[in-house]
Amino acid sequence: MSEQYEPNIVAFLCNWCSYAGADLAGTSRVHYTSNLNVIRVMCSGRVNPLFAVNALQQGADGVLVSGCHPGDCHYMEGNYYARRRFALMRELLEFIGVEPERFNMSWVSASEGAKWKDVVEEVVEKARKVGPFDQFRRNKINW
Amino acid sequence: MNNNKPKIGVYVCHCGVNIAKTVDIEAVRSYAESLPYVKVARNYSYMCSDPGQLLIKEDIAEEGLNRIVVASCSPRMHELTFRKTLAEGGLNPYYLEMANIREQCSWVHEDSEEATSKARKLVAAAVAKARLLEPLEEKEVEVEPATLIIGGGIAGIQAALDIAGAGFKVYVVEKTPSVGGKMSQLDKTFPTLDCSACILTPKMVDVASHPNIELLTYSQVEDVQGYVGNFEVKVRKKARYVDIDKCTGCGICAQECRLAGRIPSEYEAGIGKRGAIYLPFPQAVPAKFTIDPESCLYLTRGKCGKEPKCVEHCSLGAIDFEQQDEFVEFKVGAIIVATGYDVFDASRKPEYGYQDYDNVLTSLELERLVSASGPTGGEIVLGKGEEAFVPKEVAFIQCVGSRDASCGNEYCSRVCCMYTAKLAHLIKEKVPDSNVRVYYMDVRAFGKGFEEFYDRVRREGVRYIRGNPSEVFKRDGKLVVKAEDTLTAKPLEDEVDMVVLSVGLEPRKDTREIIDLLRLSQSSDRFYLEAHPKLAPVDTATDGVYLAGCAQGPKDIPDTVAQAKGAASSALILLASGKVNIQAQISVVNEATCRGCGYCVEICPYGAIEMGEVNRFGHIVSVAKVNEALCKGCGACVAGCFSGSIQQKSFKDRQILPQIAVLGVVK
Repeated sequence: MSEQYEPNIVAFLCNWCSYAGADLAGTSRVHYTSNLNVIRVMCSGRVNPLFAVNALQQGADGVLVSGCHPGDCHYMEGNYYARRRFALMRELLEFIGVEPERFNMSWVSASEGAKWKDVVEEVVEKARKVGPFDQFRRNKINW
Repeated sequence: MNNNKPKIGVYVCHCGVNIAKTVDIEAVRSYAESLPYVKVARNYSYMCSDPGQLLIKEDIAEEGLNRIVVASCSPRMHELTFRKTLAEGGLNPYYLEMANIREQCSWVHEDSEEATSKARKLVAAAVAKARLLEPLEEKEVEVEPATLIIGGGIAGIQAALDIAGAGFKVYVVEKTPSVGGKMSQLDKTFPTLDCSACILTPKMVDVASHPNIELLTYSQVEDVQGYVGNFEVKVRKKARYVDIDKCTGCGICAQECRLAGRIPSEYEAGIGKRGAIYLPFPQAVPAKFTIDPESCLYLTRGKCGKEPKCVEHCSLGAIDFEQQDEFVEFKVGAIIVATGYDVFDASRKPEYGYQDYDNVLTSLELERLVSASGPTGGEIVLGKGEEAFVPKEVAFIQCVGSRDASCGNEYCSRVCCMYTAKLAHLIKEKVPDSNVRVYYMDVRAFGKGFEEFYDRVRREGVRYIRGNPSEVFKRDGKLVVKAEDTLTAKPLEDEVDMVVLSVGLEPRKDTREIIDLLRLSQSSDRFYLEAHPKLAPVDTATDGVYLAGCAQGPKDIPDTVAQAKGAASSALILLASGKVNIQAQISVVNEATCRGCGYCVEICPYGAIEMGEVNRFGHIVSVAKVNEALCKGCGACVAGCFSGSIQQKSFKDRQILPQIAVLGVVK
């Protein structure tokens, strides 16, 4: 391949830790790739694992869910729920033939702007390696 | 107003050049205009400014807009600002959606084309969600007119006095037997050389005697439940084994204790001794004795001579070995965390020989040594008995445990440069023929009167040598400081009588406990994280919980007092208004489809969901019901619901799925 594939990642960030961490990356002018777009939710526990399937279906090449570090959840245990749900979902997706590289989870706290950059770069790099995902793809938005 | 058909207004902010420099604003604006349901798309240099907000309000009135999308900075920054704008424009504030094209776009991407295309996507996703937003109602709850302050140091004391002075009830919970905190251990305070005890003791007494303040010393917060305005607090009052109603603080028990003078005193930083029954220091408030259960012979071995000496000598019968921990429960509206700091443990820098050599002291130990109330009565004497001597050659080593990645503390502790200057001055004052030198990296004399004080100390003959020593060792019975003077690039070995390690400030070891109690976060330096480093330095991410003093980061006394007053004012805003709006973006159950499995009840971390009954076509069926005051709006139940019957307002599945679709499909 002469030109590398630029994947499209959809990320779900919790308001209190990861979204604030991503904001801090901005405030500190940390530069990173623009392939990842963020949807803000209040807690990673809100993220239904089916959102990930939906994202792949709608044309994303990878998904990231990021929350507070285990034990630091603003809502006490939301990130534990997220962790369990996504561990199960990842296995299911692998079973039906979706590369596990497309499916990521991370813990980024509100003070970890630099870590957020690393997470983004890593997730995008993984998706770049496995290339475009078109098994489930839809191509039109149904407004 | 007709809200059935969405009429969306999109406002793209330049933020001066912050966004406009990398994002092609006009391209984003014209793209937004082409999106379905968008009636108006405008751009403006600063949307958050008055004219910017006016633009939105005018469009609501003239164009009949009923949904607003602001593409600007992070919603964590200005969501509340624009919600207010909507409300002033006559629209429900929850008809707002923001696209974060600054923190997560223009500031993190260098390439203008990439940033513009990402901004377009983010705006499209926001429009897709905005279309489906619903009006929400903010519910008001009453605020319990009381405050809990955790920590009775100078920060806690100041905050307590301010709040109590305004006429509200305050509970001060202090872990140790007396209020006063670290400030009570200091001799003088820089740069004015005020006697620390003289300015602190009156405040300690005020706290104890104020009718609005309930002082719970030797106590610990065990549990906090509830939410802003209505916290339920449970405090453990540890057994003192002394009936404080009977104890008059005469101190005969402490003189008679079989262990008197044998237990290292916490107050004297370990260089002075106390007994198993003790008063931490003479001015302690309350002036009541406490038995240390870890050293008391009777409590550890069950036997102390024939009869414990304290029992024998207490004519008031105040000693009570049967005493048990008590629990106190109360309600408060606000909580201030003023837990302070720990002093860096100098043995973690073994190269300075703190554990190996007697005459290597920490600055806090020297503080007790120069203090008139200290174990030597303020005389600077090292060694005991015949070996006692007055140190003439003194070296200070700066930044021990601060600005040092090797021990995990990259931050500056902010007070060490100045307390060293103060201690150096005190040594020169008490031992005029002494030679004092300070090994430093940089001198940070940034506060009011600091630089002048630093100059004064240097004029008094204290030498400052730029260079961090590599080690302290002993040669022929003398301490030797090995360093390099980095200004002259000369290595040197300096023979001294006493080495003082200027230890930094560290987060407390029990930081974790408070985090678990109050759902706080830590910043990368491990101190508690404030809600915003500039604009909300005393607030936390948990509503109704505020920070004061060194719990938030190293501070000197004036800064601590200022912050305590800030935290008190934040708490007072809450208490004085008497009402608080609670989270509107909470969960809601569709009773028509809920199958009553009760799984959400198990998930909810707040116990906010209960099973109830409804009449469904003549059948009584069980469905989930959300207690709106308890729900915090995390949405964990939503993702767990099998039938999609429970949804989080503003974060419903049908509001998030279109966002996903846009981010996936739009190129």
